[in-house]
Amino acid sequence: MTEHTTGTAARAVTETPTLAIDPGMFTPAPGAAPMWRMVAAQTGMELRVMLRHGEQFLLTMVIPVLLLVGFSLTGVLDVGEGPRVDALTPGILALAVMSTSFTGLAIGTGFERRYGVLKRLGATPLSRFGLLAAKTLAVLGVQAVQIALLGTVALFLGWSPTLSPLSLLIALTLILLGTAAFSSLALLMAGTLRAEATLAGANLVYVLMLGLGGVLFPTSNFPGPMEQAVSVLPITALTSGLRDLLTHGAVPGAGVFLVLLVWAVGAGLAASRLFRWE
Amino acid sequence: MKPDPGSHVNSGPMDTPALEVVDLVKRYGSTTAVTGLSFTARQGAVTALLGPNGAGKTSTIEICEGFRRADGGHVRVLGLDPITDAGALKPRVGVMPQSGGVPTGARTAEWLRLMASFHSDPIDPDLLLERLGLTSAGRTPFRRLSGGQQQRLSLACAVVGRPEIVFLDEPTAGLDPQARMATWDLVKALRAAGVAVILTTHHMEEAERLADHVVIIDHGAVVVEGTPAELTEGRREVRFTTASPIDTESLLQALPEGSAVSTTPSGDRHECAVSTEDPHALGPEFLATVTAWCASAGVLAEDLRLRARTLEDVFLETTGRELRD
Repeated sequence: MTEHTTGTAARAVTETPTLAIDPGMFTPAPGAAPMWRMVAAQTGMELRVMLRHGEQFLLTMVIPVLLLVGFSLTGVLDVGEGPRVDALTPGILALAVMSTSFTGLAIGTGFERRYGVLKRLGATPLSRFGLLAAKTLAVLGVQAVQIALLGTVALFLGWSPTLSPLSLLIALTLILLGTAAFSSLALLMAGTLRAEATLAGANLVYVLMLGLGGVLFPTSNFPGPMEQAVSVLPITALTSGLRDLLTHGAVPGAGVFLVLLVWAVGAGLAASRLFRWE
Repeated sequence: MKPDPGSHVNSGPMDTPALEVVDLVKRYGSTTAVTGLSFTARQGAVTALLGPNGAGKTSTIEICEGFRRADGGHVRVLGLDPITDAGALKPRVGVMPQSGGVPTGARTAEWLRLMASFHSDPIDPDLLLERLGLTSAGRTPFRRLSGGQQQRLSLACAVVGRPEIVFLDEPTAGLDPQARMATWDLVKALRAAGVAVILTTHHMEEAERLADHVVIIDHGAVVVEGTPAELTEGRREVRFTTASPIDTESLLQALPEGSAVSTTPSGDRHECAVSTEDPHALGPEFLATVTAWCASAGVLAEDLRLRARTLEDVFLETTGRELRD
């Protein structure tokens, strides 16, 4: 048997399938791997596919960093009182969470459904629960990278958040609740619409939420009725909660948690009923 | 060339069929795709489902894989129900869908490794890639693989977990001859290892060369089934082409009792088939009689050949010649 080295152009041209196959290698020995190993392997794959995808990288990393740097250093936008970076960072963190757990997850899952990946995975020993667990872990993994990156950039820009163990714990709770709400919405969309419709819809929702959800400026800048209306959006709840906590050092009101919880439970139930695997 | 069936290694008892399909019915809205289909596939054997497009092959396979529910009848895979026993069955079954099934951004080797990681005792993914000629494509994303490479990766994913039964839905569709040969070799190796292989194909030669058992399906039901030898035995024929139509009556009179002559236009030429009921009568003398008649009638028989009935002849006889969608 010849050694195979890393592929070169010449190798790729001359390589033909090896004709002699030893039947011994196919002797049946079926069995499922332990659940944790399947979930770990699937999480790794989900993470690599997400981080490698050009448009997703743009949406989850490049755009939030550009918005943070751009609006911190220039005065073109009224972001509210106080240092600009302090006012901006909580909203940008919320946007980053949404870009991964809603937009990225919806588009990725929509196309996996379209290309028969979900169906094919359904024929492996990896259970649906295992697949959902892997997707959740991958989303949280990308979000950890985003938060580390944006936090570092913000600190360089002079961000001075009010931090305590309690406020960190509450921020984490808000982010997890937000992730649950956005992921459920993403799966509801990806599991019921055509992949192209999901692609268009998820991007549209991203832009609308960016404009309406208090990401770049507090929604108190809106006229009263409009402020009331957007306050029930999950992105508004997450941005205002994080802004209360990190900029003003105040514990957000119960309404913020309630809004996120209702979205998570409602969309989660709808997704689990309506999601179609192919 | 087929290995001796007695030499098969099997993990299960020989008397349980690998696959049992009984009176299967599948409807999509008002159309019935499968209308009471029944067949059995042995362990350690290759069973080919042959049929025109829309005959119900993929519906049948997908019910066996647990992707769809039957509307009537039942299916047993390794003695188990594909839906209610899915958890127990999935590690033991390999699946190759007709296309796709891999994220477009996943790379060849990492995807096969992922599939391997779902199993307790998988084949070494690198070895399998090498056997299928995919080593140099190991870092290529799925969307940039050629059609043939995508098919081979999909095949590798179906077998990497060392299953007892594999379902291959058109495994060689769109493959070049080299890749097709490699796929055939792999199927032969699976059979030699005692794996039951169920494959669908349009490719007659594939069924003829690989299958121990051929099931011809049309309009959702079995038309005829048997070994390739059983299906094709009992008739040989002499074929040749001529520039102008021949006098079939005159040729028939020159031939022994029980012979038949048919001519069909083929392009601007005429294809002539001469057969006889008794397979043993079709020997050197018969051939000499045909050519002697040609000489006396002044007919130049081109492309003259003596051949056995092929599976394709059987297929066209049983499923008809009209085009399908």
